[in-house]
Amino acid sequence: MSFLVSKTRRTLFSTSAIALVVGLASCTPNTPTAPPPQAGGSPAAAPAAGGNTLTVSGAGATAPNPLYQRWFQEYNRQNPTVQISYDSVGSGAGVRRFLDGTVNFGATDSPLKEEERQKIPAARGQAVQVPSTGLFVVFAYNLDGVENLKLSREAFCGITDGSIKTWNDAKITKDNAGVNLPADPITFVHRSDGSGTTDIFTKHLVKACPNWKAGAGKTVEWSTGTGAKGNEGVSAQIQQTKGAIGYTEYSYANETKLKMASIQNKAGDFITPTPDAAAKALVGAQVPADFALSVPDPEQKDAYPIVSLTWLLFYENPQEPAKTKAMTEFMKWAYSEPGKQIATELGYIPLPDDLSTKAASALDTIKVAAK
Amino acid sequence: MASTTDHSSPMNRKRSAATRLIDDGFVWGTTAIAIAVGLLLAVIALQVGEDALPAIQKFGLGFLVSNRWSVIDGEFGALTQIYGTLVTSFIALLIAVPIGVGVAIFLSEDFLPPRIKQPIVFLVELLAAIPSVVYGLWGIFVLIPFLSPIGIWLNANLGWIPLFSTAPAGPGIYAAGLVLAIMILPIIAAISRDAMVAVPAELRQAAYGLGATRWETIFQILLPAGFSGIAGGVMLALGRAMGETMAVTMLIGNSNTIDSFSILSQGSTVSSLLANQFAEAGGLQVSALMYAALVLFGLTLVVNVLAEIVVRRFSLKL
Repeated sequence: MSFLVSKTRRTLFSTSAIALVVGLASCTPNTPTAPPPQAGGSPAAAPAAGGNTLTVSGAGATAPNPLYQRWFQEYNRQNPTVQISYDSVGSGAGVRRFLDGTVNFGATDSPLKEEERQKIPAARGQAVQVPSTGLFVVFAYNLDGVENLKLSREAFCGITDGSIKTWNDAKITKDNAGVNLPADPITFVHRSDGSGTTDIFTKHLVKACPNWKAGAGKTVEWSTGTGAKGNEGVSAQIQQTKGAIGYTEYSYANETKLKMASIQNKAGDFITPTPDAAAKALVGAQVPADFALSVPDPEQKDAYPIVSLTWLLFYENPQEPAKTKAMTEFMKWAYSEPGKQIATELGYIPLPDDLSTKAASALDTIKVAAK
Repeated sequence: MASTTDHSSPMNRKRSAATRLIDDGFVWGTTAIAIAVGLLLAVIALQVGEDALPAIQKFGLGFLVSNRWSVIDGEFGALTQIYGTLVTSFIALLIAVPIGVGVAIFLSEDFLPPRIKQPIVFLVELLAAIPSVVYGLWGIFVLIPFLSPIGIWLNANLGWIPLFSTAPAGPGIYAAGLVLAIMILPIIAAISRDAMVAVPAELRQAAYGLGATRWETIFQILLPAGFSGIAGGVMLALGRAMGETMAVTMLIGNSNTIDSFSILSQGSTVSSLLANQFAEAGGLQVSALMYAALVLFGLTLVVNVLAEIVVRRFSLKL
């Protein structure tokens, strides 16, 4: 009997060990693994100059991660000697790693602050911050039979601060003539983790909503709603809750086929969220020297309003110039037509030409000549 | 051969130097490992405490009674999280202890032939091997859709009871508590069963011999005799429930308000707060999170000490 028991135990332990491994594996960021070294490069070969593979490493924002992974993969296919690996750990952690000097580049959804700039190791010089792409945040919702929900500023402000509680509230029905909105309660879904998406979204709320009190940031105090972790958590929550509405990155809502609301911009027009409409928000904006361009509430008549850029961070005096050089070449590729095409395809906003030209010349200030 | 050694005990026979070395080595080795585990705990606590220091200095004990968590204003308090941790763990225990102990009784008695019993024992213990993220996903896609109508019914019909006073919106404290109950069930069941199997057979035989029925034997002999083991299992389970992160984060709704004492409302626990905010935290927020972690440390310690006291009380009465 006791023998039996101990045998069961042993099996149990090995089972739990397997389960543990599975569990750990499921915890690792869900990113496609970097493509294996190209056969031509023969990884074990002596590090002959020019012929060996350069492995560039970076870390940061999660929102543009799908785009970065595709870009890096595609670029690696065309330039087998350059391998870029990216850890999508979040903007905060990305900036920390960048300041600690443990990566070749960082990525962030909110531009570096002055006090962060002070912390860069002196030997690395200044931080060079360039935009990589634009992204926009949409209201995704789950309402049977309602296809083109229109939300005025008044309506979405009320939903986010909890003052509008049901779908048939006059503030919502007013702009949706002929649509049968149910009397069901609204479940507002927001991010529970600190996130650049929340930052972009709340920056818009601060401008657009006179009654918005919680301020703007990666984590704010929501007075209503359910928190879900990650863009994927928010979209899953919306998908399975009838009467739910929440904000998420366009690419995620697009991928999970969620319905998206048209929202009213500053000019008063209702704009359907599309990469084209979002791109208009960036046209003609004043670009500061650090590219910390912010359009919390664009004025253009046909621009989708909740738009932001996302940035990559480089050192002025990189420790490994060869890698950073490869990276700047990659950036120029990303700004060019093939890179832009991928961005549009995945639901990101390719940078307008004037912006990418300026960014490219900023990249040229990096001292990449071999020491 | 005039030796003063006492030969009465076989332990004192002359041993080779090698054996003695191994023996001594074993004693020292295990002592070192035992101390190292204790030290590890102390080092972790110290490290967390050190990182939490700025927040402790700024908020003091007010941290425990404030429910503001505003990164923008730099105001932090963990009342919502402490409340959520205690309530979800309590719900989990309320459900899992009766079921777990019941399963343990059933599986330690000879109600079933061993051929059928063993697979059941195995299956119950296998529940413990499911990764918590799987529980979380199962909770989102199966449990919550199943629970929502029940929650709506409870709110509509029993809404006057404060426990059901809010309308459920999918995830919430009740869903998190229920999944925690399932997660800790195997721990309680397995440890309680071991405790009851370990009760000397003589006790059971004596009870039957005195004419006790099976129920009387179970409730008056076996359960009290196995009490300290069962309580130990419950404590371990409680520790798991309080520290569980992933599944709770996915199911509790992560809202930072205590509107009411409704279990249908959304909440947050200390571990879900940490899981949510640590990656993007900076400055004082990091140290406030560390402070929250320290509070969780303290909560677990208090609960364990209380449990130890309870166990001693009851064991003495035997």
